[in-house]
Parts: sequence; structure tokens; C-alpha cells
Amino acid sequence: MKRILLGNEAIARGLLESGCSFLASYPGTPASEILSSFVEMAKAEKSRAIGEWSINEKVAFETALTVSYTGGRAAVSMKQVGLNVACDPLMSSAYTGVKGGFLVIPADDPGPHSSQTEQDSRMMAMMAKIPVLDPSTPQEAKEMIHLAYQISEDHEIPVMLRPTTRICHARQGVECREIPPLSPPGGFSREPNRWAATPKYRYLLHLALNKKLKTIREKYGRDLFCKVLGGKKARQCIISSGVALGHAYDILQELNLEDQVALYQVKMPYPLDAGVLLDQIEPYEEVLVIEETYPVIEMQFAMRGRIKGRMDGSVPNQGELVPDVMVETIQAFARIPIEKKPVPADKMRRPTLCPGCPHRSAFFAIRKAFPKGIYPSDIGCYTLGLNLGAVDTCLCMGGAISQAAGFYQAYRMQGEVPPIIATIGDSTFYHAGIPALVNAVHTGAKFVLLILDNSTTAMTGDQPTPGLAVLADGRPGKAVLMEDLIKGSGVEYLKVIDPYQLEETIATVKEADRSARSENGGVSVIIARHPCLMSPGVMKKQKTFRMEVTEDCVGCQVCVKDFECPAITLDEASDKAKIDPHLCSGCGVCVDVCPTGAIRKC
Amino acid sequence: MSDESKPMKMQMAITGRGGQGVLFLTKILTECALELGEEVIASEIHGMAMRGGSVISTLKVGNFRGPLIRGGQADLMLVLDEGSMEAFTYLLSKKGTLLLNAETSRSYPCIDATGLAAGMGSPLMANLVLLGFALRHKKLFCDYPLVKSVTERGSPPRFKEENVKALDLGFLYDGEKKPR
Repeated sequence: MKRILLGNEAIARGLLESGCSFLASYPGTPASEILSSFVEMAKAEKSRAIGEWSINEKVAFETALTVSYTGGRAAVSMKQVGLNVACDPLMSSAYTGVKGGFLVIPADDPGPHSSQTEQDSRMMAMMAKIPVLDPSTPQEAKEMIHLAYQISEDHEIPVMLRPTTRICHARQGVECREIPPLSPPGGFSREPNRWAATPKYRYLLHLALNKKLKTIREKYGRDLFCKVLGGKKARQCIISSGVALGHAYDILQELNLEDQVALYQVKMPYPLDAGVLLDQIEPYEEVLVIEETYPVIEMQFAMRGRIKGRMDGSVPNQGELVPDVMVETIQAFARIPIEKKPVPADKMRRPTLCPGCPHRSAFFAIRKAFPKGIYPSDIGCYTLGLNLGAVDTCLCMGGAISQAAGFYQAYRMQGEVPPIIATIGDSTFYHAGIPALVNAVHTGAKFVLLILDNSTTAMTGDQPTPGLAVLADGRPGKAVLMEDLIKGSGVEYLKVIDPYQLEETIATVKEADRSARSENGGVSVIIARHPCLMSPGVMKKQKTFRMEVTEDCVGCQVCVKDFECPAITLDEASDKAKIDPHLCSGCGVCVDVCPTGAIRKC
Repeated sequence: MSDESKPMKMQMAITGRGGQGVLFLTKILTECALELGEEVIASEIHGMAMRGGSVISTLKVGNFRGPLIRGGQADLMLVLDEGSMEAFTYLLSKKGTLLLNAETSRSYPCIDATGLAAGMGSPLMANLVLLGFALRHKKLFCDYPLVKSVTERGSPPRFKEENVKALDLGFLYDGEKKPR
């Protein structure tokens, strides 16, 4: 039966249809819905399969891999930069191999739309020496999971499925099969030369891995390279994979080029059987390789000759391959005139923190307390503190704390250390902040760390954190309190405040800085705790006010520009602030923001 | 679309601010295409852009494989937020139709969907008012009865009645002024 599914739902469904017993993940766009859909679908089918939100991707990878060691089918999903966090176990697991089928599903983000980089996880598969499948539609992603498990189990090797944003967040009618009853993992067989291999045995494992790759290339290389379009007259061909294949298909048809330019799909970009490809493309005078985002297929052609692609500049080397970009590439390749096309206006509304967001008041307070501070920050909704001028750096998960320590060490050498106020979200703190905090305390760094605790992973759609007593599937879990972790890290100054209390927050930030600078000071930690208004039930429990702007407004725009609440705009006719009642959350914080006392609760 | 001998092909875009229900409309329309037995593929935006930024969904019905639309190829655009419109009008085909949620417009057929939805107590249902308006203009690949039944099925029970009411506000709207 066909059902309309989001790409991520199709992947979750494919995992359950293939008998995956355990999926672990850490939330991250564009991968988040894989785990939440897996858990929902398993529940609906009364399956015993388990889905887990792990503290970070490394832990997720190791936990899921071990289920595979015991013979169960398992998988781990994450966004592409999450695979960097899990890179250590990824490299090693290629050598140890697996027992039950094991899939690694990193979702890439060409563009990038919601990430730090456009990195290509297929390159990580190459580096780890594991096969990777590259789906071009949600339907294909689901089908490939069945194949990926077969390859993984037949050859005892982890297999990567690499979707991209446009697969994860595409919606399509997808053919669904029955979800079979789950067979639980058989159990662990001791095999220390493999599971606990010392360097001598690692060499042998590497040898075995190379043999597996050769077998897989010979067995699947031919079938996983197929012709999609192309008449007998074609003198040129395009080799493509992933969603770029879909765009190429549409463009060739729209330009009536399907007789002139053939189109081939590579379903398994690594290991590629370059010999098979070279045989099949023998008749064509010119070949263009179009893939996202790095030239993984292209690099595997030993002799470039007539091959064009990213490496000779025929395909742009950065940015998403949207149809408007690809059409020019294909027109140039087919030597037909490049049509003039309408240009998008650069008039997007920029994202902002939601009305009533507790992060907004925390950032406003930080700026008020130390207008000349340095503000290292981190990954999450609160990166949007940029708009309030209270975010100076955003490197990677957990980076805020180590970077605050780095700033301290750099300025200590100069002699005068400016106020350093680092911000990090609760989920990010659990993910990668803890080792950084222990290190900063241990090495004597002095700065203020403000943890923006909104009791959820907000940016990715409200997934639970280890600080809550609930698991991915709704079962109770043990809440691990951040206060205990912070005290256990050796922090002496710890205060918990509600950032809605603006004056108190400003005073606490100042006090925390004084404490950090004192003789026995170190890292001062403030937990700014207020739940995310997007989390179910929060708005109902919260006291809300109807707000109004009085005649006292002088149009100074502190509320519009410095506080940047989306519900407040400047009414150009009256030159006074105006509050949109549809957008306003009624949090009332703007009362304390207004320098002339012109905003009040009515 | 009236030519029954030709296979169905339609490309459309829905745009607005994060939180305005662009994704809900996309979901309903893909379900409608499935009901009609048509191939459909759509693309959505999730993540940071949804925090009040401009978002866009594209939807293609017929023999397509990629979910995105090239500039100048959209047969229909539904615009929920005028402030997000300009960034995406380049997608609209010369023969295409753009339907706008706004009190007035110089260039496009419009309906005050937010105002009408607020009038029934839920400004967040402007998305369905605008969808109803598109059905009134007969610009979709599907008709009112199908959209209505799919909307009913896709709505949580407590919103079912209200959602259909919002759809009707747009479908039965008779206050449209011709764009000047």
C-alpha cells in the first residue's frame, strides 16, 4: 500500500520493515524525525524495537553497534556533523565488523540550510572503508535499507545510507510492506581477537576489510549503476546520484534533451566499480558527473580524460545543487544557450527567537551587564542570540565552554581579561559541554558560563534531554540533574535564576563575573532556567499579560532593535512602538526593557 | 489542466513565516495527489528557518523525480506572509497564478486570510482559508470535496470542525476586489 511519507519517515519505516531492533540518535536537522518516527511507528505496531535519544552521537553509535555485536539488526542516525562526533567508533567498527546488520545514517545538508558545513558523509564512508548507498527519493531510501542490511549482514560490515536534506524533508507516496515480528538479538559470542583486537590483529582485520570491499564491489557494482534516461543518438552522458539525479531527470525532460544526453544513476558511490562504469560509458564522447556535495564518484575515475565534474570546475564546488544551478551546468555541457532566468530577491525574513523566548531576556541581560564582553556561544536556537549582538562564536557542539577557556588563556597572557560570558543550551551542555567544563575548572580558567536551560532540545523539535525523567518513547527515565554534574565538576559558584526576571539576571551576571575574578575564582556558572514556550503545555501553565504601549513611547526602538521581539515593530505613522497581539506571547519582559516605562501590562 | 488527454503536470510553491502552517498545507495537498493516483513529490524546510524566518515548500504533481522548482516554473503560488513573498516570486511562471494573504494588493488576487481566521478565533488557521481561496479560483489539481475530506481526515478531532470552517471561509469568500 502507498502512503505519503516524509523522507525521514520512509527511512524509519524501512528500518522497521527490515527488522531493525535498536535505533539510537541525537537530534539534528535534517535527521531528527528518523528516530521520532521510528519510535511512533514501533509503538503503533506494538513492536518491541527500541529507539533511544542518546546524550551524543558517539554514545549513540557505540550503543547501537553493540546491539549488532550481539546479532541484532541495529542502526544509528544523526546529522552529518554528528558523524564527526561519532568518527572514532566509526573508523574502528569498520575493522571489527559487525554481526547483526548495522546501518550508519548521517543526513547531509548541502546548502547548508541548518548546519556548520556542507561536508559529504560519503567521504567519511570512504575514509572508514565502508559501503555507502545514496538514495535519490524517499521511496528509494526505504528500498535501499533492505539492501543495506543484506550487504551488512552478508559481509559483516557497517553500511552507510547517506540521505540529504532534500530526501529527508521530501514528501512522497511510498510503497509500504508489512512490519515483521521482531526477532531479538541472539547474544554475544566472545571473540577477543576481533572485538578487543590489539594492533597486530588490527592489521589482519584491515586485510579482511579490504577483501570484503573487493567482494562487495564485484557483487553489487554492476547492478547499482543503472541507465535512467537516454536515446541511441546520445553522444554525451551525465552520471549522477542522490537528489541531483532527480533534478537532472526533470531538467533533461523539460529541455527536451533526453535523446541527446543520457542519464545514469550511481546507487552505491563507494566502493565504485570504475571498470564497469568505464565500459558502460564507452560510447559517450563526454561525461559529466553531478553529485552532492564533494566529488566522491568523480575522484574514483583513475583517468579523467573526457570526465567533467567538480574537479575541472564544470560543477560548482560549493552550495546546494538546486535545479536553477544545475540547469546552467547542463546547458553548458550540452552546448546549448544558457537561458536568462529570473533571479531570487534577497528578501528573506531572517529567523529570530520566538516571542516570549526566555533566551531573548538572558541575552539582553548579558548585553546590559557587560556591553564590551566576549560572548562564545554554541549550537541551537540560541545561536540566534546573534541578532541581539550577544553571540560572537559558534564552532561546534560544546565549543562555547572550551572557547571561553581559550579566550581566558589568550587574554591572561596580555594581563587584562575582558568579561567572558559563554552561553550553551541544556541539551548541548549534556552532549559535549561536560568534558569541556571539567577541563576549564581543572586548568583554572576564569569566566562566566550561562546555561540556557529551556528543558528541551528546542531547535530540532522538542526532543527530551538527559535532564528530564522521560525517554524517546515516553517511558520514564532517570533525570540526571545538571546541578549535580556542575558541582561534581568542581565549580564553586552556581546560581539558578529565571531569565524573565531581567533585573535579577543582570545583577547575577555581574556578581558571577566578580566571583570568577576573585582570588579563588574559576568558572562561575548560572543556570538560566525557563521552559521553551513551544513545548506542549508550557504556555497554558505560564502567567500571560495583555500588553500595551502608552503615549510615553519616544520611539527609541530599544524594544525593536536591542530586544528584537518579533511581536514589536515601529509604527511609522505615529513613530511609536506597536505590539502585534497575534504574535505577542504575553510574557511581559518588555516592561523591564523599555527605558521610558512606556510598555505596560493592561 | 483541462486537457484530459495530457498527463497531469503541476508545480506549485507555498510560502510564509515559520509557524504559519506551510507544512500542514503541503501535507494535505500531497495526500490529495495520492488519492487521485498521481505521482507527487514535495520539499519542505525544517530547522532554524522555522523560527519566524521565511519558509517555502514546493510540490510537484506528475512525472517528476526532483522535489525542487526552477525559477519561472511554478504554476501556482500560495503566499501566507506578504513579507516573505518577494524572496520567492522568481519561481512563478509567466502564466502562473499567485494568491496572497493580505488585506489589499496591487498585483495579485488576495484575501485577508489572517483577519478572517482571527474572526473565527484562531488566526493560525489562515493557511486553510487561503487554501479554500485557491479552490475558489479553481487553480489546484484537486477539487473542494477531495480537499475537504482529506483535511477532515488529517485534522486532530478537536480541530476538525474548525479546520473545515476555515477552508469554507476561503472557498465561499465573495469580497474579492480585482487587483488594481
